[in-house]
Amino acid sequence: MPETSRKSRLSRNRTRSAWLFLAPMLVTLFIVAAWPLGRTIWFSFTDASLDLMADAKWVGIRNYLEYVDWGDGEGQYYGLLADARWWRSVWNTVRFAVISVAFETLFGLVIALVLNQQFRGRGLVRAAVLVPWAIPTIVSAKMWAWMMHDQFGILNDMFLRLGLISHPVAWTASPDTAMIAVLIVDIWKTTPFMALLILAGLQMVPQDIYEAARLDGVPAWRTFRKVTLPLIMPAILVAIVFRALDALRIFDIAYVLTPNTDATRTMSVYARENLFDYDQFAYGSAASTLLFLVIALITITFILATRMDLEGRNT
Amino acid sequence: MKRTPLQSLGFYALVAIIVLQAVFPFFYAILTSLEDGQALFEVNYLPTSLNLANYRSMLTEGVFGRQILNSVFVATVVVILSLALAVTAAYALSRIRFRGRGLLLLTVLSVSMFPQIAVLSGLFEVIRTFGLFNSLWSLVFSYMIFTLPFTVWVLTTFMRNLPVEIEEAAIMDGASSITIIRRVFLPLMWPAMVTTGLLAFIHAWNEFLFALTFLSTDSQRTVPVAIALISGRSEFEIPWGNIMAASVIVTLPLVALVLVFQRKIVSGLTAGAVKG
Amino acid sequence: MASVELINVSKSFGKVEVLRDINLSLEQGEFVVFVGPSGCGKSTLLRLIAGLEDITGGELRIGGAPMNDVLPAKRGIAMVFQSYALYPHMSVFENMAFGLEQAKLSRSDIERRVHEAATMLQIEPLLDRKPRQLSGGQRQRVAIGRAITRDPRVFLFDEPLSNLDAALRVDTRLEIAALRKRLPDTTMIYVTHDQVEAMTLADRIVVLNGGIVEQVGTPMDLYERPASQFVAGFIGSPRMNFLSGPVAEAHGAACLGIRPEHIVLTPEGGDWTGRVTLTERLGSDTFVHVEAEGIGPVNIRVEGRTDIAAGSTIRMTPDPASIHLFDAAGRPVAR
Repeated sequence: MPETSRKSRLSRNRTRSAWLFLAPMLVTLFIVAAWPLGRTIWFSFTDASLDLMADAKWVGIRNYLEYVDWGDGEGQYYGLLADARWWRSVWNTVRFAVISVAFETLFGLVIALVLNQQFRGRGLVRAAVLVPWAIPTIVSAKMWAWMMHDQFGILNDMFLRLGLISHPVAWTASPDTAMIAVLIVDIWKTTPFMALLILAGLQMVPQDIYEAARLDGVPAWRTFRKVTLPLIMPAILVAIVFRALDALRIFDIAYVLTPNTDATRTMSVYARENLFDYDQFAYGSAASTLLFLVIALITITFILATRMDLEGRNT
Repeated sequence: MKRTPLQSLGFYALVAIIVLQAVFPFFYAILTSLEDGQALFEVNYLPTSLNLANYRSMLTEGVFGRQILNSVFVATVVVILSLALAVTAAYALSRIRFRGRGLLLLTVLSVSMFPQIAVLSGLFEVIRTFGLFNSLWSLVFSYMIFTLPFTVWVLTTFMRNLPVEIEEAAIMDGASSITIIRRVFLPLMWPAMVTTGLLAFIHAWNEFLFALTFLSTDSQRTVPVAIALISGRSEFEIPWGNIMAASVIVTLPLVALVLVFQRKIVSGLTAGAVKG
Repeated sequence: MASVELINVSKSFGKVEVLRDINLSLEQGEFVVFVGPSGCGKSTLLRLIAGLEDITGGELRIGGAPMNDVLPAKRGIAMVFQSYALYPHMSVFENMAFGLEQAKLSRSDIERRVHEAATMLQIEPLLDRKPRQLSGGQRQRVAIGRAITRDPRVFLFDEPLSNLDAALRVDTRLEIAALRKRLPDTTMIYVTHDQVEAMTLADRIVVLNGGIVEQVGTPMDLYERPASQFVAGFIGSPRMNFLSGPVAEAHGAACLGIRPEHIVLTPEGGDWTGRVTLTERLGSDTFVHVEAEGIGPVNIRVEGRTDIAAGSTIRMTPDPASIHLFDAAGRPVAR
């Protein structure tokens, strides 16, 4: 008897339904994700331009790296990997990701710990904390751009009154502070998300652990360090990875808050500039491809490292 | 826990700082949006005027009203489509044992990690090929890349926790898979659908990169791009009052939604992100 | 007509074989209980008959027709689930009507059959309620009612009483026994881990252990002539005493089994002597735990009350006709 006949009609029906039910989603994901990704990678090895996509010809890895010999024994490297502006944007992105995620985790942890306490008005405070998350990124960027305005901004006014600065700062325009400005907005906007994830982890810690610790007379700080933190570490780590992947893609805030500055040009901004502003479609595609590779690598490492329970067998 | 008065003071000071930093920027945006002319350029910490001129000019002059409708249309259609596609997919992924299920879930998850920029050039070509450039449908279509994996993932997690025996009872009653979804699971899934739908809506409402790239005329734009592109003739003529009014208009409904559905959103976010 | 036959049925999940070579033949109208410890495969066996699991090997026939490849709904069976599995968003009426709708019955037929079943189970007043507005016992009845409306040839129960409290459990057990009288032609298969339910309800009991059938027989068969030490220990409450060592070897067996109710206290004479370690008084009975000299711990059931105190020494005699002997493999030894 053939192998399949051991499956009953019910099983066969269900397996067939499964694929039928999945088909629309899979087709959609193929058209919006897999195919475009493949085309992006393909474009990165061609001489495609915005207007001549169909005629794109294979040029090898020229967009990534090419050595041009000037004929007199001298020569120079061209391509993305030899482009100082690209490496600057890589550095900007990494720096942004590390700093923003670090602060978001720290502030998120503090807010989560506060929200995990019993106090009057907790519901209202939690609602207030969610407000930055609810505000569209672009709106956040614009709101802060106005607050950071060099002449009429409230931030300068506040800092001057507090004596933190001696003269108004052009937060978004000055190369020294542009990255700080981007970081402030991102941290402000994303900390609530971190706080919520960590709070969810905190609420899974059984209350009787705290009671036991208190009965044993363990000081609060020690309880936190020895009991709470190890228990919520997995939740924090997952949150950090998700946020880091998100931070590496940063585009909106940098693009809107601090346009055209080397100081905050991230990988995504760099790629889009080349794709649509400088008409270097193939070159921009190469930048996109590299960004994708970085994120894919981190994702795969993460999934392998945590051996994620994809089938939900443990639930 | 009992706190000493000093500890209490410190704790509530911390709470106050947290609340203040969270709501002040939006408060200040509202404050600015109600100021006009010269008042705009004086720093105020408390409301001094209640001038609706900025709102009037945003809503009556130009195409901002139209742009709001664009955003509503795109976000609504995206939510409906992704929920429709995700419900059946989530049923298959959570309830039916078949070979390759783990791999499929992995694929869905990895698509949700895709950097949008990585598909931008490829999508641009697809959208031009379909003749969707500068059409709102280009956004409906491209937004699926983030709303669909997200909704599938959350609904799969939710469905997994529905009791198995109810489905088996339906099988014994002779219900087909599609009947089980329609008559048995859907009515039980409204809470999860509302949450995921809401989050997908917010995501679509806020999206910037695709909207910036795939639409080229003002009347087609969605609100984030519209707000980003409001400008004056020079650096010194940026109409901050208008920008803040527009910002408040597109944000207030979201803030209201988030506050009303606070609990559901929190559970949806954590289900989407933490449950591996 | 609606007999149920299993021929060499086996079931594996991946490499794990949970049922092996099951051969059973159930008569139409019979009430058969599958009983065994958790993990013995009794629920899986029920699910194979229901069609919720694929049969890995062998054949299942209902009413003489092979059923391996027939959809659950087309097998002429109905099932009552452990958690009742009522559709939470549907009223009682809708719950009971759902299966009939799927079978494309006319509206009037559906109404008639639901009301018939509801009347039989006295749940008519509940028809408009939602499951969450019902008590545990009422839910149980609705679950049974939903099964009855389908007019099944074979009725399956998967531990239907395990979610009820003790008092309700007895009532519902009696109701199931009554239901059985009203549906004399319906074959009923009932899964439980509770041997009291098995003994009181069953025409025949199937004892499962480790994926194989240990014994099939009437309750009294199992009680009086257990086919293995496992069955002897599983059926009967309190549990049979198993004694090894010299006392068993004297009978040429590895193990001697004697039920607590088959040991008589004999103040004068008596075969065994022992010190009482504990007495449990239930009112109707008293269980006397004795450390018998040269034999080991023995439990004795005494009717009514006794005033035997812990620490005292007593003498007792096992009823020779009620002694069970087993070899080292747990098989009965002929006397």
